[in-house]
Amino acid sequence: MSDDKPGSVPEAGDELPSPVVRRRRAGAWVIWLVPILAAAVGISLVVSSWLQAGPEVTVSFESAQGLTAGKTAVKFKDVVIGKVNHIRLSEDRSHVLVKIALDKSARAFASAGTRYWVVRPRIGLGGISGVDTLFSGAYIGADTSDARTPEDEFKGLENPPAVTHGEPGKSFVLHAGDLGSLDIGSPVFFRRIQVGRVVSYKLDEDGKGVTFAVFVDAPNDRFVNADTRFWNASGVDVSLGANGLKLNTQSLATVLAGGVAFGDPGGPHDTTPVPDKSSYQLFGDKATAMAPPDGPPHYIRMRFEQSLRGLAVGAPVEFLGMNFGKVVSIRMDYDAKTRRFPVLVGAVVYPQRLGQAYTKLVALAKRHGDADLSYTIGQLVDHGLRAQARTGNLLTGQLYIALDFLPHPAKVAYDPSVTPVEIPTAPGSFDKLQQQMADIVDRLDKVPFDQIGQHLDQSLVGLNATLAQVNGKTLPGIDATLQDTRRTLGSADAALSSDSPLQQNLGQTLDELQRTMRSLRVLTDYLGVHPESLLRGRQADPKAAPPRPSSERSRP
Amino acid sequence: MNATTLPRARDAGLIGCHVCGMVCRAVSGDAVVACPRCGSTLHARKPASYARTWALLIAALLMYIPANVLPIMRTASLGDVDDNTILSGIVELWVKGSPGLAVIVFCASIMVPTLKFLALGTLLITSRRGSAWARRQRTQLYRAVELIGYWSMLDVFVVALLTALVRFGLFSLVEPLPGVVFFGLTVVLTMLASMCFDPRLIWDGQEDSDE
Repeated sequence: MSDDKPGSVPEAGDELPSPVVRRRRAGAWVIWLVPILAAAVGISLVVSSWLQAGPEVTVSFESAQGLTAGKTAVKFKDVVIGKVNHIRLSEDRSHVLVKIALDKSARAFASAGTRYWVVRPRIGLGGISGVDTLFSGAYIGADTSDARTPEDEFKGLENPPAVTHGEPGKSFVLHAGDLGSLDIGSPVFFRRIQVGRVVSYKLDEDGKGVTFAVFVDAPNDRFVNADTRFWNASGVDVSLGANGLKLNTQSLATVLAGGVAFGDPGGPHDTTPVPDKSSYQLFGDKATAMAPPDGPPHYIRMRFEQSLRGLAVGAPVEFLGMNFGKVVSIRMDYDAKTRRFPVLVGAVVYPQRLGQAYTKLVALAKRHGDADLSYTIGQLVDHGLRAQARTGNLLTGQLYIALDFLPHPAKVAYDPSVTPVEIPTAPGSFDKLQQQMADIVDRLDKVPFDQIGQHLDQSLVGLNATLAQVNGKTLPGIDATLQDTRRTLGSADAALSSDSPLQQNLGQTLDELQRTMRSLRVLTDYLGVHPESLLRGRQADPKAAPPRPSSERSRP
Repeated sequence: MNATTLPRARDAGLIGCHVCGMVCRAVSGDAVVACPRCGSTLHARKPASYARTWALLIAALLMYIPANVLPIMRTASLGDVDDNTILSGIVELWVKGSPGLAVIVFCASIMVPTLKFLALGTLLITSRRGSAWARRQRTQLYRAVELIGYWSMLDVFVVALLTALVRFGLFSLVEPLPGVVFFGLTVVLTMLASMCFDPRLIWDGQEDSDE
């Protein structure tokens, strides 16, 4: 039991062992280093968090969908620059206020012009974005600005901005009649290469059009110049008009999501790049965009007497085959005198589309002191200028208005003082054809088919009776006659057969006749030699005449 | 009642060894003495018990603040990163339908450390003042503190276990965060503090110094 430590020998009995005296231990104060250290750590934590803490900003959003206080991160270029601290409703409960604690390094994001938006998974026709947020939950995206004015209240965007700050390129303003199938993010094409996108769109103040902002990335923004034309290259552009079926696409993506294209018109033009935010018109299609400028439109009116089925608003107006304008209104009128319903067709024409012809006409008119061309038009009308509704497409029956010079038009009175200019009309070629067809039908109608039929019927009845007579009476008589004839022929046949007595008699008669003829010849021969025998009689026959049976026999 | 009147070892000038149980004669002065048999340090009372306990308790309290403020664990599943502090974890457990677990974690991580702080503080103050109030119960309290002290490590173990077990890369991942270190330090420091406290001080009726 007892230990034998050096210098400490336990003693027996009541003597208790004395403990070993060691050197002094360190002071009790050393233990206070522990809480001091702990305090230092705590203070360093506080200080570091205080140093790290950046400004706090409040962003208002339509909804806090996907946002979680204390968890949702704020990212710029995928770098976390802050965290959502707190989410609450606004006073009027119309939106949510999201308090964001920005990092110290992200002080710049608390200045005016900074944009915040919620990055959620978005699946659009133009593509899919924010897939990572499908699992990680939404986060708030941020974008800086150049402004240095401090600000801590922001209005969050509902959609990510199409252009981030500092992106090289230019933005342009486009004006169009309607949105078409464009959307924010729709591509902008140059020679079918995507060079930009639609950044925003809004209705004009007066509601009469849509203004787009598009952004073209550098370096391709230099291809936009003063003469550049923009057109809507959206989707499949199917148009069924008087010109037939037309189908146009830019790329498969635009078929689905729409897009804008731009290009330069042919010919020489100014190619210096334009400044940022230049304004352009957005045309409906490439053909319109590339066409020379239309110039100011003129309104003309035409009065048609015939039906204009197949003529629609927007149908082309052609002058000698050139697209000259379009129909803008089709209205009925009532003419009390003739009690007819003429159709009033209004059209907008762009005379500048005629090019040189128009310039020359204007020059001529000016020389005549005819400012508004009405007199010149009058002259053209005298020369046979007429408007016709022609069939552009036989399949669909679409009509278009053709302004043409007719060879022998009916004279019309033209009043140059009437505004708008009224162009006299003439029935179209197809109308003429229709009329002629109708005439023919009319005439055919006049033929008394009923009477003809009745007469024919009577004649047929008479014929029937005649035939019955022929069958009943005449034919049996003919039969008997034929029998008689046959009998006659039979007897004739019998008479003419080779073994009939008649035949034999005839043969014999002919033989007799032959013999007679022979003796007659002998006589004539004798007389030829002895003509005196006629007077003296026949002399004694000294020798017999040479027999010539063979030659005699051969004679028939 | 009776026990308080009994003579004490200190009054008899004796010191017992804590390790081998050998009784020695006390040495006057503040020299450090060792057991002649087993060589372990001898002291009538734990040295600087008040100071050490106080220091460690204060350090533990200081550590307890970041332990609660900082997140202790990060769970990430399919990109959904979730940082939880002790309290938010408890709330989440409760909300997500495990109130039992929430209660256990609350007891182990919040209640036990807090009670320990309170108990040790009470013991320290009352003993220092030589209060005669409920000495037996205070001793029981001390034993209870000693006993349940390490249960507070539950949270630390949970985090350590989950970190080691849940490692499915992208799908699921658990990472310890600084809070758990502070929490672990808090628990260790409170245990050290309760070890430094000498329960005999409770019974030291009269005013006496800590050595």
